[in-house]
Amino acid sequence: MKIPEMIFNRVFRPILFVLLVLPALYYAWGFWQDNLGANPLEAIIRGLGDWALRILLLTLLISPLRRLLNWTQLLRMRRMLGLYAYFYVVLHLIGYLWFDQFFDWSEIWFDILERPFITVGMISVVLLTPLAITSTKGFIRRLGKRWKRLHTLIYPISMLAVLHFWWMAKLDKSEPLIYAVLLSILLAERLFRKYVK
Amino acid sequence: MLILDSNKISENEVTDRAVYDNRRKFMKTAAGIGIVAVSGLPLGQAQAKSNYSTEEKKTDFKDISTYCNFYEFGTGKSDPAQNAHSLMTSPWDVVVEGECANPGKYNLEDIIKQVSLEERIYRFRCVEGWSMVIPWMGFPLAELIKRMEPTSKAKYVYFETLLDRKNMPGVARPVLDWPYAEGLRMDEAMNPLTLMGTGIYGKDLLNQNGAPLRLVVPWKYGFKSIKSIVKIRFTETQPSTSWQKANKNEYGFYSNVNPEVSHPRWSQRRERRIGQFKKIKTQKFNGYAEQVASMYSEMDLKKFF
Repeated sequence: MKIPEMIFNRVFRPILFVLLVLPALYYAWGFWQDNLGANPLEAIIRGLGDWALRILLLTLLISPLRRLLNWTQLLRMRRMLGLYAYFYVVLHLIGYLWFDQFFDWSEIWFDILERPFITVGMISVVLLTPLAITSTKGFIRRLGKRWKRLHTLIYPISMLAVLHFWWMAKLDKSEPLIYAVLLSILLAERLFRKYVK
Repeated sequence: MLILDSNKISENEVTDRAVYDNRRKFMKTAAGIGIVAVSGLPLGQAQAKSNYSTEEKKTDFKDISTYCNFYEFGTGKSDPAQNAHSLMTSPWDVVVEGECANPGKYNLEDIIKQVSLEERIYRFRCVEGWSMVIPWMGFPLAELIKRMEPTSKAKYVYFETLLDRKNMPGVARPVLDWPYAEGLRMDEAMNPLTLMGTGIYGKDLLNQNGAPLRLVVPWKYGFKSIKSIVKIRFTETQPSTSWQKANKNEYGFYSNVNPEVSHPRWSQRRERRIGQFKKIKTQKFNGYAEQVASMYSEMDLKKFF
């Protein structure tokens, strides 16, 4: 599969770019208009986390989809998706630091130590950061083979991200379960290719 | 009489804040000059302002009625407001059993007739780290318990929520061990702060808030304040509760609001007061230490959380 280059670059990618910024605009607008319910700050933090996880899974979907459709152009959307995932992770983090903790650093430190879901959340954002930094063409060239090895970190990061959601959920695990199943499928496909084929 | 009539009309309207505050102002005056207010609405009616009430800013009715935990109607905060219309609250019976002289089935209307309803503006602190200030209507649980004449063996009071598989969509999934169950020690149940809630903001309880009869225990986390009660049992041993059964390491029998006992999911040192931007410090026993701390003076509250 292949779409004409012009359409891919001038239409496809810009549309994706705009679509992915919409969730952030939705929460900004919703906060402004006060229509995010009785606990808008929590709605923002949780919503940004949801989108970070969704886009992270979308990023992981690119390779299998490329193989399935034999559509190599897709790979050129992966960086945008990955960076958008990081964008939402950072917004989610800022939301937590600001709206949940109000930059009370000692409370934040306690939170990281005391609450396992915060611990794994922090670990995943720390691990994701070098991946975002090294996403430029220059770094890809300079790091060569090591770039690929570094970026396999995305697998443990995505597992930690789902675990973060799982441990956060109070009792009803049905939503994190959906993400866990989707991630398992994406990871299983890779294991299958590596060891069975 | 003219004044009383207008009061009656405002009671029957959907109480917006201005009307409500106005009415309260009137109630104070009425109480001051010794007029007993008469109203057509039995459940939501308040007769006097309680000394136990807080003067803090009340949470908006819209937030109280749309941001709820009532898992029988779904686990999302807005699910109960969307789904609880199917709850049938009339007629309503409460079965009383166990260690008491007067067990039996009591009709809610009969219960209400024999108690005096009053308004109590309480802080309400959820274990999830948010809080509200709610103007409840209700009567002290102690009044009801005295009528049931518990025996000397009655050390605890167990409560149960209605389990209606047809009208409660949330119970199709076993997220909790249905029916929802809660319990109090007898001295906690008899504490003058402990309320049987029948209304909010001068109106009958909405279904999503636990109509027609719910418990209000303001110094404990919100899940102890069990909703839509159909059963009360006096027991000799400590009853097990739904949240304990779900996760006994996180939810204890006492579940007193305590900023010193942290929860794996939420720091309990601070809380988000719904409607405010910044968080506020959580007080021990939710600020009701004066009335309740003596009941726990012998206990290690970190162990009996």
